[in-house]
Amino acid sequence: MKRDGATTRTAAAPTGPAIVVDGLTKRFGERTAFADVSFDVAYGEVFGFLGPNGAGKTTTVRTLGTLLAPTSGNATVAGLPLTEANGVEIRRRIAVMPESPGLYLRLSVAENLEFFAGLYELDDRRGRIERALRAVNLLDRAGDPCRALSKGLRQRVGLARALLSDPQILFLDEPTSGLDPLAARDVHGLIDGLRRQGVTIFLTTHRLAEAEALCDRVGIMNTTLRTIGRPDELREQLFAKTLQITTRTPLDDPDAVFAGLPGVEGWHARTADPGGPGGAGGAGGAGYVLTLSDAELAAPAAARAVVGAGADLLALSPSHHSLEDVYLQLIDEDVEARTR
Amino acid sequence: MNALQSPLSWTRIRALIRKEVNDYRRNRFIAVTMAVLPVVFMISPVITIFKLPADAPASRIDTVVGLSLLYLMLIPALVPAVVASYAVVGEREQGTLEPVLTTPVRPTEFLLGKALAALLPTLLISYLMYGVFLAAVGAFAHENVVHDIFQAPRILAQLLFTPLLAGWSIWVGIAISTRSSDVRVAQQLSSFASLPPLAVAALVGFDVIKPTLTVALGLGLALLVIDVLAWRVVSTLFHRERLLTGGVKA
Repeated sequence: MKRDGATTRTAAAPTGPAIVVDGLTKRFGERTAFADVSFDVAYGEVFGFLGPNGAGKTTTVRTLGTLLAPTSGNATVAGLPLTEANGVEIRRRIAVMPESPGLYLRLSVAENLEFFAGLYELDDRRGRIERALRAVNLLDRAGDPCRALSKGLRQRVGLARALLSDPQILFLDEPTSGLDPLAARDVHGLIDGLRRQGVTIFLTTHRLAEAEALCDRVGIMNTTLRTIGRPDELREQLFAKTLQITTRTPLDDPDAVFAGLPGVEGWHARTADPGGPGGAGGAGGAGYVLTLSDAELAAPAAARAVVGAGADLLALSPSHHSLEDVYLQLIDEDVEARTR
Repeated sequence: MNALQSPLSWTRIRALIRKEVNDYRRNRFIAVTMAVLPVVFMISPVITIFKLPADAPASRIDTVVGLSLLYLMLIPALVPAVVASYAVVGEREQGTLEPVLTTPVRPTEFLLGKALAALLPTLLISYLMYGVFLAAVGAFAHENVVHDIFQAPRILAQLLFTPLLAGWSIWVGIAISTRSSDVRVAQQLSSFASLPPLAVAALVGFDVIKPTLTVALGLGLALLVIDVLAWRVVSTLFHRERLLTGGVKA
């Protein structure tokens, strides 16, 4: 996307963190939407905010977007303290795309954008609208009434609207919710394009693959912030590095084979998926899981040891834990803690 | 700085008016309301006045003329009520309120834009209907009826009260709209709530309150003050959090 019309706001890159949240809490009467949440987001970062339904993600976005007042705690958004007095100025510096794009369906795409350009008091409105529509590949639909657009295209119009004011921070609340895979892929492409241009994006989602693909860091939220970090960091924090080995027949003395190998801390027989290819106990082989301290040392040593023990090595692969594994692990812990 | 003391952005207010007017034009319900209701409220008194015999006593003429003009006053009272009651709850129902509230628009600007967008077409339609009424009566009614209708205080009252009645209806409609969760309920309540000021117009129309220039200006001023106060009060009622969460402990 070209953003040659970017305002001086973008040209003079802001310094300091884009968002600082410190002990923020929001309650609706007795009900806590989120509690004691603290994190920060750097300018140019794509920050993913994950969590199950009702975890407080949308309420957090609405609070940081000055739509809801926090019950306690502090935050700074786009360099300004989150206070009622700063509401107008904060909203001038950010853009929020809610889960539902909220378009005026009787108006055309261009009329929708023209209206919002007016609310932001933008100059060169025609040029900005054209650039925003080009960014989301909708320039040829500018005159179409929004009611004639598919859900995916409406989402794109919502994104174009959010880009109109060249915001310092772009809040995207579930931008692919309800979209088919093709439309979701389109939106991913657009977000990825924005990321490459250094736009700060705060993305709430419960599509974990989406977060893993697009986000520099993620926070996992379930009323409280459960963890925060880069997806690979989180995987390492939660899951030990392992190496999975499959042999055609069980080893006679696995302990003798694996004990003392460089980079290997321990081992156990793999019991899962017995009927699968190479699954332990299956007709076709035996499986072992080695816990590692150093994968680069361990893998060749383990391969040599298995072959040296006279076994046929069918497969040797480092374990891979996705962000989904991390997410499910944390949310499962919460569920267990609540049912205890 | 207090939100009510902040300078208004006429750019934002103009954007709101333009959007609203564009939306009305394509909203069948609102377009029909704006087109059909005023014609009905104009044709009916014209027919009544045409039926008056040439030798009707002055008191009878006075009553019929008063009623006819009151009927015309229903246009600025009812037409904007329907539109204004849609202003906030309609946006909320169609999911457009949240994106608007995430922009720098202030409640005072948002509400003033909505109000002016309802007022401008109302004035246009009301004065147009009044003009057609005067033209029809002037051309075809009996001379004594024409004389009664074309009295300066009557014309002044009609011109003056039209925007002020519309203002009342608009603010009442918007106030109900900010508190309502259903468009139809808001429209029904607003239609009822827009009627009380017509009582004053009726008293003037039926000569209970003598329609002198002083009375007309006094009542007009009172309605103007009420309209301005209503804008301020409704602006303070406009609470982003309650509007988004619907007052529910979501």
